[in-house]
Amino acid sequence: MICLENVSKSYKTTHGMREILKNNNITINTHERIGILGRNGAGKSTLIRLISGAERPTTGRITRDMTVSWPLAFGGAFQSSLTGLDNLRFICRIYGVPIAPRIPFVEEFTELGRYLREPVRTYSSGMRARLSFALSMVIEFDCFLIDEIVAVGDARFHEKCHTELFEKRADRAMIIVSHDSYYIQTHCQRAGVLHNGTVHMFDTVDSAFKFYDETRNEQG
Amino acid sequence: MTDNDPSNPLKRAFLVEKRVIGALLLREVMTRYGRHNIGFLWLFVEPMIFTLGIVTLWSMFKASHGTEIPIAAFALTGYSSILLWRNMPGRCIHAIEPNMSLLYHRNVKVMDIYISRILLEFLGASMSFFVLSIIFITVGLIQPPEDLAKVALGWIMLVWFGASLALLVGTLSESSDLVEKFWHPASYLIFPLSGAAFIVDIMPPAAQRYLLLLPMVNGVELLRDGYFGSIMRAHYDLNYMAMCCLVLTLLGVAQLRRIGREVVPE
Repeated sequence: MICLENVSKSYKTTHGMREILKNNNITINTHERIGILGRNGAGKSTLIRLISGAERPTTGRITRDMTVSWPLAFGGAFQSSLTGLDNLRFICRIYGVPIAPRIPFVEEFTELGRYLREPVRTYSSGMRARLSFALSMVIEFDCFLIDEIVAVGDARFHEKCHTELFEKRADRAMIIVSHDSYYIQTHCQRAGVLHNGTVHMFDTVDSAFKFYDETRNEQG
Repeated sequence: MTDNDPSNPLKRAFLVEKRVIGALLLREVMTRYGRHNIGFLWLFVEPMIFTLGIVTLWSMFKASHGTEIPIAAFALTGYSSILLWRNMPGRCIHAIEPNMSLLYHRNVKVMDIYISRILLEFLGASMSFFVLSIIFITVGLIQPPEDLAKVALGWIMLVWFGASLALLVGTLSESSDLVEKFWHPASYLIFPLSGAAFIVDIMPPAAQRYLLLLPMVNGVELLRDGYFGSIMRAHYDLNYMAMCCLVLTLLGVAQLRRIGREVVPE
């Protein structure tokens, strides 16, 4: 279970403090897949960063009793002067899992061949996306955070991601953040809408959509 | 799942910490030195080259201020101490930004980034000091240290000073860009006062008091007392130096806690 209690987050800007998230209370249960809808700039990524633990809330508390991934397919998680393989080794060391058994999966999934032994900075964006998704699958988390899933890559890549994530790891909890209603509808049991800094949770995805549409027009 | 040793939470935290620091160290070494030519050996070959250059220069110009102090040992102890208090802070300034994305891994904390960088500088400087000492002693350029315990204590104190200064300067640099601008000139200006290029005893007594206010001067004096104390009169106040280091450490940790809350990954 992941529990957010009265979570707020403010940032210093040149025009004073700006409160991005206000008083959020969300509970995510084991095996549950929830979606969070929000317009661009609503604070979706901030919310994901807080849940992942990369940042701490300004006030409020986040408790996790399951392991939580970093935001999925997040390209920044690797060092571009190192090779793909070195990045894999680093991730394995950080999480304390043996490296050798993970290599075949990464080789097969990324189809990078000899490029795995070249610095990541020489990769194309498609190659980077494949590597970063593969690295995200190397550590088995209880809960995956998915931020605006992969706009890059071809159909084949999307299909492979789908298999790894929603078929092989169907039993995991997931938090999917997106402005794409279709994606959330396909994969989530429950959804919330991030509006004016607060997530409004709904029991069904449909009622979340309804609210999302209303608020969208209101600010339209 | 990944933290597979549930016995006791403190032990588990320690194991995680060890793993993370180890991974960060390796990553830092790989990023800085890669697999080309001598690879990670640069870690201490680089400071060794510096120290060797200084030893040669000072030997040529007889920088020992007319005392009977062996110039090679004088330069070795002096320049090695500089490596500690100058390079550790240098490496810790703006250390977070290039490593920002690592904070997405929950085990990696801001503190770990500083620890790994400080540890790496410690290893480099210590290996350089150690290896050069062995080489110089073997070829007969310097005499073996007279009191190893004093050498070790002096080195440890200088490491503590360098590490605590690095933590404070590094964490402050995240709050203000001015820190970096001032650190570079400051480190150059402090160099001639740091005790690396003089011994306190030859200074006028009036100046000695003020020079010893600089914590590293006390450390270098102790280091040299251990190396060739019989031919010089060392001046140092370890309690004072320890107090300074303690204050720096506390300020550093306080500032670390502050930025830990504020750091924003991209």
